[in-house]
Amino acid sequence: MSLRIVVCVKYVPDATGDRHFAEDLTVDRDDVDGLLSELDEYAVEQALQIKEAADDDAEITVLTVGPEDANDALRKALSMGADKGVHVEDDDLHGTDALGTSLVLAKAIEKTGYDLVVCGMASTDGTMGVLPALLAERLGVPQVTQLSEVSVEGGTVKGRRDGDTATEQLEASLPAVVSVTDQSGEARYPSFKGIMAAKKKPVESLDLDDLDIEADEVGLEGAWTKVDEAAERPARTAGTIVKDEGEGGKQLAEFLAGQKFI
Amino acid sequence: MAEVLVYVDHVDGAVRKPTLELLTLARRIGEPVAVHLGPGADTAATTLAEHGAVKVLTADAPEFADYLVAPKVDALQAAYEAVSPAAVLLPSSTEGKEIGARLAVRIGSGIITDAVDLEAGDEGPVATQSVFAASYTTKSRITKGTPVITVKPNSAAPEAAPAAGTVEQLAVTVAESSKGTKVVSRTPRESTGRPDLTEAAIVVSGGRGVNGAENFPVIEALADSLGAAVGASRAAVDAGWYPHTNQVGQTGKSVSPQLYIAAGISGAIQHRAGMQTSKTIVAINKDAEAPIFDLVDYGVVGDLFEVVPALTDEVKARKG
Ligand SMILES: Cc1cc2nc3c(=O)[nH]c(=O)nc-3n(C[C@H](O)[C@H](O)[C@H](O)COP(=O)(O)OP(=O)(O)OC[C@H]3O[C@@H](n4cnc5c(N)ncnc54)[C@H](O)[C@@H]3O)c2cc1C
Ligand SMILES: Nc1ncnc2c1ncn2[C@@H]1O[C@H](COP(=O)(O)O)[C@@H](O)[C@H]1O
Repeated sequence: MSLRIVVCVKYVPDATGDRHFAEDLTVDRDDVDGLLSELDEYAVEQALQIKEAADDDAEITVLTVGPEDANDALRKALSMGADKGVHVEDDDLHGTDALGTSLVLAKAIEKTGYDLVVCGMASTDGTMGVLPALLAERLGVPQVTQLSEVSVEGGTVKGRRDGDTATEQLEASLPAVVSVTDQSGEARYPSFKGIMAAKKKPVESLDLDDLDIEADEVGLEGAWTKVDEAAERPARTAGTIVKDEGEGGKQLAEFLAGQKFI
Repeated sequence: MAEVLVYVDHVDGAVRKPTLELLTLARRIGEPVAVHLGPGADTAATTLAEHGAVKVLTADAPEFADYLVAPKVDALQAAYEAVSPAAVLLPSSTEGKEIGARLAVRIGSGIITDAVDLEAGDEGPVATQSVFAASYTTKSRITKGTPVITVKPNSAAPEAAPAAGTVEQLAVTVAESSKGTKVVSRTPRESTGRPDLTEAAIVVSGGRGVNGAENFPVIEALADSLGAAVGASRAAVDAGWYPHTNQVGQTGKSVSPQLYIAAGISGAIQHRAGMQTSKTIVAINKDAEAPIFDLVDYGVVGDLFEVVPALTDEVKARKG
């Protein structure tokens, strides 16, 4: 029996670009180039390693909820080695919040069929890090999240969670939702062969109708949170910069003393 | 006055500072009712009462430690049902966010994470967030259900505001379905004796410029002279020079101290994301073009191996 893995990947504005808000206070996606969230590459990598450890007796579906361009994120994941893609795209999704996104992802995951859902630790734009917990709650399966190490043996997923106060070894039966951190191991680069093969891999497109979701359950109107204001943070006023000519440490101490830190 | 649930982050009853900040913020919207899960409620109650908790709801069950997150969601939901609060506040830790998120789904409410400030508003609490690597500040509110909000450390100064802090037992039934993820073992992290990174008033961080684990004592010595916590960039962590728990930035800790000192750190966007809201920023870097200098209140262009030890000596001398 083959292991069905669904990896949730998000298409995000490049963090090194100049990110802005659009007029309706949603993330402006036109201004800055988009890409597969770097933190989701770790999720794809761990899914691939789980598949390899299962002697390839697994199928990896990469799933994204996002605009047309989000297809790029799926292609990148497919070129790394995932088997097929699912793209949920619908004009009514514009402005969906985390709860709404989790609803859409949960329905799409159920429709696809799964034993294991793998997520990244957080999206690089929203940085909430709550989607995996939301998915576990909605799907009614165990959450095994923020793992720096993960493996699947038989019907059990095991992992290590490096928390603030302790390191925990976790274990759950499948089906389950896991998320992996950027400590889980470098993601592979797509090979030329992988990039060519990805072009031929199937990507299924779904809309809200296909998932039996009403338009008013998602989108800006359906969102349960509202951004009222977004202001660019004023640039920090230029500070004093000195070149160390042997007195740098002293000068710095003088400054810190002036600010009452010493 | 409406009650506001505050989820208590503690270690065996020793309440962590972010929880006291939550109590201070909660008093702006209503009367704080603390929810304390696990051992040590009596010890915790004293501190919680001093900071404004009118009530402390407590429950202890082995499931809280034996399974991940979900049993605590069951307990917080029981508290929610017992109190019908105006809002639920949790610390923005990994666990706080996960508990808050799952509670939000269960009670049909919206959630805001990583607030850095909170005020009462006509239409419910207004949360300030710092987004896009702290380049934007937003104000948001929740439009459906009972607002669930997680708040970052250092978002408010804890204020003393003595209240009753009456301890009440909370009846909690942990659902079978909440026992899905077993915590097979737990190894507590060893204390370094230095202040906690996210709570510290001063943080001294080292980056790739520190050039080796064997050189990190240079950073630690400065930190110790100032009573500071030690941080590191991801480059230093990935190189294995310093533990990941000390990483500052997007995928590490987010810090907002009174003073942040960056030594041998270039100031990449992902690093800035975790420290840009610090009150005073100081950098030491040998490259005058390093982007970190765009952020600083005071910067020294120079070799950290010259400047940092000299600064440490000077601090020690001045402190006597
Ligand atoms: C998804 C993602 C998440 C990330 N998350 C984080 C994160 O959480 N935290 C983080 O820090 N980074 C993070 N990064 C990495 C980030 O992009 C940078 O690569 C990293 O911050 C660089 O660390 P650094 O400044 O120490 O190293 P470098 O960029 O190499 O800078 C080293 C600096 O040290 C200076 N230097 C060298 N020698 C000396 C000397 N003797 N004296 C003085 N100065 C000297 C150099 O001039 C240089 O400016 C993330 C990246 C990605 C893609
Ligand atoms: N729109 C989306 N489509 C697919 N996966 C997503 C989406 N948003 C978030 N995720 C997944 O959820 C994780 C956590 O995201 P977040 O809670 O938004 O920080 C990400 O690393 C992804 O794995």
